[in-house]
Amino acid sequence: MKLNLKVWRQENKDAKGKFENYTIDEIHGDMSFLEMMDVLNNELVEKGIEPVEFDHDCREGICGMCSMQINGEPHGPDRRITTCQLHMRKFKNGDTITIEPFRANAFPVVKDLTVDRSAFDRIQQAGGYISVNTSGNTQDANSLPIEKESADMAFNAATCIGCGACVAACKNASAMLFTSAKVSQYALLPQGKVEATERVLNMVDQMDKEGFGNCTNTGACEIECPKGISLENIARLNREYLAASLKG
Amino acid sequence: MGGIKTSIARKVAMALSGLFLVLFLLQHFTINFTSVVSPDTFNEISHFMGTNFLVQAILQPILIFGVIFHFVMGFILEAKNRSARSVKYGVFKGNANSSWLSRNMLISGAVVLAFLGLHFYDFWVHEMQVKYLEGDLSGLNQAGEFRYYEETVAKFAGQPIRVGLYVLAFVFLMMHLLHGFASSFQTMGVNNKYSPAIKKFTKAFAIVIPLGFVFIAIFHFINN
Amino acid sequence: MSVLESKIPNGPLADKWTKHKNEINLVNPANKRNIDIIVVGTGLAGASASATLAELGYNVKTFCFQDSPRRAHSIAAQGGINAAKNYQGDGDSDYRLFYDTVKGGDYRSREANVYRLAEVSSNIIDQCVAQGVPFAREYGGLLDNRSFGGVLVSRTFYAKGQTGQQLLLGAYSAMNRQINRGKIQSHTRHEMMDLVLVDGKARGIIARNLVTGEIERHAAHAVVLASGGYGNVFFLSTNAMGSNVTAAWRAHRKGAYFANPCFTQIHPTCIPVSGDLQAKLTLMSESLRNDGRIWVPAKKEDAEAIRTGKLKPTDLKEEDRDYYLERRYPAFGNLVPRDVASRAAKERCDAGYGVNKTGQAVYLDFASAIERYGKEKAFSSGKKDATHEEIIKLGKEVVEAKYGNLFDMYEKITDQNPYETPMMIFPAVHYTMGGLWVDYNLMTTIPGCYAAGEANFSDHGANRLGASALMQGLADGYFVLPYTIGDYLADDIRTGPISTDSKEFEEAENAVNRQIEKLMNAKGDQPVDHFHRKLGLIMWNKCGMSRNEKELKEAIEEIRTLREDFYKNVRVTGKPDSKNQELEKAMRVADFLELGELFAKDALQRNESCGGHFREEYQTEEGEALRDDENFRYVAAWEYKGEPKDAVLHKEQLEYENIELKTRSYK
Repeated sequence: MKLNLKVWRQENKDAKGKFENYTIDEIHGDMSFLEMMDVLNNELVEKGIEPVEFDHDCREGICGMCSMQINGEPHGPDRRITTCQLHMRKFKNGDTITIEPFRANAFPVVKDLTVDRSAFDRIQQAGGYISVNTSGNTQDANSLPIEKESADMAFNAATCIGCGACVAACKNASAMLFTSAKVSQYALLPQGKVEATERVLNMVDQMDKEGFGNCTNTGACEIECPKGISLENIARLNREYLAASLKG
Repeated sequence: MGGIKTSIARKVAMALSGLFLVLFLLQHFTINFTSVVSPDTFNEISHFMGTNFLVQAILQPILIFGVIFHFVMGFILEAKNRSARSVKYGVFKGNANSSWLSRNMLISGAVVLAFLGLHFYDFWVHEMQVKYLEGDLSGLNQAGEFRYYEETVAKFAGQPIRVGLYVLAFVFLMMHLLHGFASSFQTMGVNNKYSPAIKKFTKAFAIVIPLGFVFIAIFHFINN
Repeated sequence: MSVLESKIPNGPLADKWTKHKNEINLVNPANKRNIDIIVVGTGLAGASASATLAELGYNVKTFCFQDSPRRAHSIAAQGGINAAKNYQGDGDSDYRLFYDTVKGGDYRSREANVYRLAEVSSNIIDQCVAQGVPFAREYGGLLDNRSFGGVLVSRTFYAKGQTGQQLLLGAYSAMNRQINRGKIQSHTRHEMMDLVLVDGKARGIIARNLVTGEIERHAAHAVVLASGGYGNVFFLSTNAMGSNVTAAWRAHRKGAYFANPCFTQIHPTCIPVSGDLQAKLTLMSESLRNDGRIWVPAKKEDAEAIRTGKLKPTDLKEEDRDYYLERRYPAFGNLVPRDVASRAAKERCDAGYGVNKTGQAVYLDFASAIERYGKEKAFSSGKKDATHEEIIKLGKEVVEAKYGNLFDMYEKITDQNPYETPMMIFPAVHYTMGGLWVDYNLMTTIPGCYAAGEANFSDHGANRLGASALMQGLADGYFVLPYTIGDYLADDIRTGPISTDSKEFEEAENAVNRQIEKLMNAKGDQPVDHFHRKLGLIMWNKCGMSRNEKELKEAIEEIRTLREDFYKNVRVTGKPDSKNQELEKAMRVADFLELGELFAKDALQRNESCGGHFREEYQTEEGEALRDDENFRYVAAWEYKGEPKDAVLHKEQLEYENIELKTRSYK
């Protein structure tokens, strides 16, 4: 199929960006979206034009590196996938596809479609861990049974890949789903409860400092999340936060 | 509002003030509805509410504060949210993942706020004038009867534009509540096995109560 | 005496590690504060090592090319992590895990290292659970296990199909804790370009800031390379697009020996190649082989009809199917080790029985599992006279609960519903057992330069068993390297800060700049991918699942020619002093083009078949691998001498004192 691409080009974080139009031909439905981008880039290089910079790595939907706002949605029109798992069969011959970086002040553009998501790392560094030394001299793993339901819920929260689609989809560029996923994972496990109060206060504090917007419960994040992280986690974060604030 | 600094604390304050206003709305509706059923009851309750010290000196200021707080905080949050993305998307497909209502609480809220202005002017300013500036706390008209019912009816009877505005405002209030009421529970961290039921209840409330207000307005418009 | 001193401690196998820990030098806590360590790569090995080193008190600097340490490719490991916990009471022990691993590796790994790995495996699970890693649990609240290829016990701990992700996020969280304490400085979007040696010791690295293009000098008292494997030398592999050999290769060029480069694992259950422009292959977890049955049509005419679309796999009667793994290996059936399963698939496809349009695929069929589970479920839920439809429906639910996410992934990629029609799979490059040669302390042949995880050659011999890569990465990082490195650093407590102003740093930086200039100024017209694809094809066709002398010699020539062509005809667009993905790729491919040749050279010298290395000249009449313990029971460690063709072979003889060398049989 033949496609028209409107791609955001921006030299670096301080430069002013703009959309460029490209036409691309002989794209097959079995190709992934990023393979389509590869084809575009190889054509650009052959013409001596600098190819489009975009983040990608594992190409199997787990590293969270790929981003891109495709036709107004993070990771494109399909659900429960990342851009690398989006296949071209979702598009029709002659379609125009608009490709932009994830946009949020907390995610400054590095170049073209690449953004800086280190704000997420800093939120995690503020408390997204259990303070246990890595000596291996802890208690036996089975000495503390954990209810299967809690363990499964903790796992579901922990499957967040940190891609930032939640922020990109949110009209407020809020990072609540991301932050809540980590807070929830630990809140649901006995190991995580010890530091729960400090963790949630510090992580939310850092989240605010990074300049993300507030949650207005539109639910866009949950729909666009490649891993289907549930809004329940945001409720849990709110609850944990309130309890922690009252405790002080 | 200086004391409420973090995003979640602000959101919770927003939710709490919203829930308070929902309660007030319910009470307001209940009283208004009596005007359809029994003008006398309506007059009596109105007089009590209008002259009771507790209601006037304590609850009324709290309510006013609640309204102002809710909308000022709403604007603060909205401003912060907008500034979180200063370069806008070329294409943003919000409808693919969220409802128009949930994304436009500012619009529905602003319409309701504008209506509140009119409403204050219509009723509250008039009440204040009569009761506290003129010092007439009797609640009686020149004929010596309670004035509340007839004054209320007079606002609607033969006033199609005002009724139209009134209806429009309540449609927006419905839209505001359809997202806001349920949303306040999520913000306060309620998400459990009762959540589906809470959701259904809030949706029903958001539709029934504004429609009830609309009904009262149209009822008086038609019947008088 | 060989220059390769493995430093294996004396004494009985089971006591070696404890004894060694008791005897090595330690650095006291006050002195650790004055010692800097660089860790390159933040996968399981790198992240866990840096967390532990920082916790011990060293100042750690980490480097990764991704935008966050959390994105290293360990994250993509699906199946699980082995540990000899024996929670299932099925007779597991440290020794059995050790034995399985050595046997699985076709007797080409070092006994003492593997035993140590088995010994610390249990600690890994304890550690990860304490860190909040949400492993799968049973209804009683205890940890669940599953079985994996090549073993007879259930010792694999897992978190659905995302075990690697959960373990890496655990290690990343431990790192975050140290970053928050100021003990780790994390450098993301940085690529190591060279290792800097001062007085023969590793004292730092040259790194390129991938955002600004700046060439930076970083000094330390020791350098740990945890930069992963080199599977991308094949272009198409299950590795991440950015996975590369550059860090390891640059260390090799500076004197670290490269061991067993030809030992590569081809994973049997990947989604087949669909088109010429494909950039990446996707793995389907080996756990699928627990329930899926692998087959091809028994008759060639059926296979042809399927390839042309005239026949559907579901139309084929049971007797017209060839469940070749069950036929050839009745004891292990579909759960034979990866190398065996891969080769058997290739054998069937080469013989003309392959399916898919390309003829390069076999079926992985869940129909009988669906029926079996359906019957069990119907029985246990009291439906004694369930109809066939009901049974199938129940069975599909059970299969969905177990493998739902994998089935969804398959459907997204291929647009076929695996509940209705068998999956198609084909082997793909997945893991490299070879890597930098290290001694028992995980130190390379360069003093002060360590290698951990997939980047070293150590524990998997010629073939790695499933769920062992995660185990090795975390064992090296959490429990081995942080202690053994102290033995070396104990001599460095008086060294003081290492300066980056020395001539060694300057020379290394200049060399990097020269290479960048050379690539930027090549006035060619082909994108980097063009060369990478070509290299991949040579590797896959001539150094892939089966190899022979003639083709290996051809490969060596072809790669050499391709390398010359690359420097003449590559076109690198953009500028060196800004973000430039083409330049990043070009520098990685330049190293792959050298490694590829050494790979072929290594495969050529190893005149035997073992594990992932199958030489067509050395097989039994039944087509099984024919190992030559007498002549090839050694680790081949290559010393860099300029061109790969001049590399010098050093042999480390492998001694087996606790295990009897046998022909590996899974029949």
